[in-house]
Amino acid sequence: MTTANPRSAPKPAPPPRPAPPAKPAPPARTEPIHPPAPRFDHVPMTGAQSLVRSLEEIGCEVVFGIPGGTILPAYDPLLDSTRVRHVLVRHEQGAGHAATGYAQATGKVGVCMATSGPGATNLVTPIADAYMDSIPLVAITGQQTRALIGTDAFQEADITGITMPITKHNMLVTRPEDIPRAITEAFHLASTGRPGPVLVDIPKDVLQEETTFTWPVEMELPGYRPTTRPHGKQIREAARLMTSARQPVLYVGGGVIKAEAAAELKELAELTGIPVVTTLMARGAFPDSHPQHLGMPGMHGTVAAVAAMQRSDLLVALGARFDDRVTGKLSSFAPNAKVIHADIDPAEISKNRRADVPIVGDCKEVIAELIEAVRAEQANGRADLTAWWAELDDLRRRFPLGYDWPADGSLSPEYVIERIGAIAGPDAVYVAGVGQHQMWAAQFIKYEKPRSWLNSGGAGTMGFAVPAAMGAKLARPDDVVWCIDGDGCFQMTNQELATCAIEGIPIKVAVINNGNLGMVRQWQNLFYSERYSNTDLGTHKHRIPDFKLLAEAMGCVGLRAESKDEVDRVIQQAMEINDQPVVIDFVVGADAQVWPMVAAGTSNDEIMAARNIRPLFDGDEPAIKGTVTADTKVSTVTAAALQEEAEESGAS
Amino acid sequence: MTERHTLSVLVEDKPGVLARVAGLFSRRGFNIESLAVGPTEHPSVSRMTIVVAVDDFPLEQVTKQLNKLVHVIKIVELEPSASVQRELLLVKVRADPTVRSQVLEIVDLFRAKAVDVTPEAVTIEATGTSDKLAALLKNLEPYGIREMVQSGMVAVGRGPRSITAAAIRP
Repeated sequence: MTTANPRSAPKPAPPPRPAPPAKPAPPARTEPIHPPAPRFDHVPMTGAQSLVRSLEEIGCEVVFGIPGGTILPAYDPLLDSTRVRHVLVRHEQGAGHAATGYAQATGKVGVCMATSGPGATNLVTPIADAYMDSIPLVAITGQQTRALIGTDAFQEADITGITMPITKHNMLVTRPEDIPRAITEAFHLASTGRPGPVLVDIPKDVLQEETTFTWPVEMELPGYRPTTRPHGKQIREAARLMTSARQPVLYVGGGVIKAEAAAELKELAELTGIPVVTTLMARGAFPDSHPQHLGMPGMHGTVAAVAAMQRSDLLVALGARFDDRVTGKLSSFAPNAKVIHADIDPAEISKNRRADVPIVGDCKEVIAELIEAVRAEQANGRADLTAWWAELDDLRRRFPLGYDWPADGSLSPEYVIERIGAIAGPDAVYVAGVGQHQMWAAQFIKYEKPRSWLNSGGAGTMGFAVPAAMGAKLARPDDVVWCIDGDGCFQMTNQELATCAIEGIPIKVAVINNGNLGMVRQWQNLFYSERYSNTDLGTHKHRIPDFKLLAEAMGCVGLRAESKDEVDRVIQQAMEINDQPVVIDFVVGADAQVWPMVAAGTSNDEIMAARNIRPLFDGDEPAIKGTVTADTKVSTVTAAALQEEAEESGAS
Repeated sequence: MTERHTLSVLVEDKPGVLARVAGLFSRRGFNIESLAVGPTEHPSVSRMTIVVAVDDFPLEQVTKQLNKLVHVIKIVELEPSASVQRELLLVKVRADPTVRSQVLEIVDLFRAKAVDVTPEAVTIEATGTSDKLAALLKNLEPYGIREMVQSGMVAVGRGPRSITAAAIRP
């Protein structure tokens, strides 16, 4: 290889810089967008300085990134910035997920930065992840110089072309004087309407060129006008249905958290008495301790939540998108329900399920107006929900969430996660990867507050947890942040533990180590005749890697628990360490499964509370009454049918 | 019901806007029958005419998704009865002196134009609806079509109103 590695390329001579203008007082940080900043009029500086100044003025506090050849000019003025902290990560994917964790934990825009080519393409996964979960993210990438674009130059990648389908918007900045406007527009697009990732690609010579800095700048977005105020007529119609329905359900999605509408939701729920379900993205939007909360719906939701939706006569969807993991087989989803669908994105309404009352608007405004309209409507009387609640309470009582202790005496993963939730409490932030541990963390930790549960819902990105927890902890240094990860996920991005150790970001990581790619193994167990193809990671058999030693090598405290009596002790020990990241290797049984379950592609009516226990099948009577055990064998007929469906839908 | 819909899409004249629109159709599984792009009376605005064959329900979804593109300013569906819809056809027909007059007679009947003549062939320019152009081609086929090229459809609403006037704020 004759080409120099640009990650270690010599820094170009800094361009002559005029004396920097006196730094203004930092703007107030309460409003991340358009703080009441002082004005600048054509101050001379380089494109790179203009970029850093724009980030400062827009209120960006932290950038996660890695420098490299084409983004190098931007890193020079970044060294001098006292208002923007840069966190040097170990892999660009870590930068993207950390920015996402930062954004999810605060509601502010998360920012990541990478160089051109492989640096930029390593951001693709976190950008796609942020797109699926509507995360306000701004990704800034270096690009080859303008003259070299399109020539297959070294480390050139068409990142705006590559990310077109996975960004809310992206742009290639071709003139240095456009940088402040590009950054202003990027932050505005990322954080308003339906939030999402925006990528700003800047050629190296645009960063190097002399230009002038003007702030604030006018945005030029004639085609971008998100609707936030709901339509009054639709609100009144929704209120009428909500007051007269006999079996209504509030189907709450992540949009309620993004709109900061948890208080309004609680008021609406209590005013109407309607049962509430919170999706995977909405855990924490409504307190788990609230008697009206039925839990999470969907593939691994509670029997009561799934049944409530199936049997309802009115679904009030608030910032939710009728994802296939919630609806199951769409044609048999909630067959008798009318649908009120409120979302800020008009394209979500009637996308999967036709809405009877479509409401386009921000959930905070929608719910506030619904409260007023429902109050007015209730003056004329309201439907009696007693029978509905009796039915749901009966299901809740008969099919609570639960788990069996492994027969081989190994540690129960559900118990570990339940204990972490109990000990760290509702003020902590919990961040999960993707798989069984994620579902158990969604089920067995009790969430009371919004922004206390962060995960990768839409994309299902394994490796999300460690970097996202890092971003969350940096955003909320005074809160305890627990990363609940699987041994498979953990091995995808644990290099960011080194970042945490060096940058002083003391997260707590619980590796739920079952030695396997657990969720895939569960599907192999249920749908592939227990043929475990390539799911054994060897983390049990060979103890490779040894997570305790790995943690220590990364500058973290490494702990391990293998039996029930050790669990509380190591969690307590981790809770007491606040100056260093902690990793606990929880060696748990390999055979635990996530229940309840609606197999992919099947109807929600076929939800299994445990293996072959289908409480909603064949009318109202449970298929098997009495104690729920996980050992009941799946009948061959069911297993074959499920396998067929699973193959159609693909494994999650 | 699956039928052809004609969408007029006003977009900002920015690099990559065609790729964004075309990419959206392909990744959401919609097939574009024809697409034409050109300038409008506003220098910063281009107009795309997209013909797509879909059911009414997916059409609603695709227009909503199109509307989410930041560079898309406005989308109007043009009904065939309330708009003028035209395509341009250039076709090179084999026509030696023995049949040339017959070919030119067809050209006249369709109010088309012969734009290039050689001893072996005539090149014909025609505009019209896709039905008219199809009929012209059918009549020319017996003589031998050597080469043809056809534009995407462009369309404009009938009457005095402009879809650009309301969409573009000064």
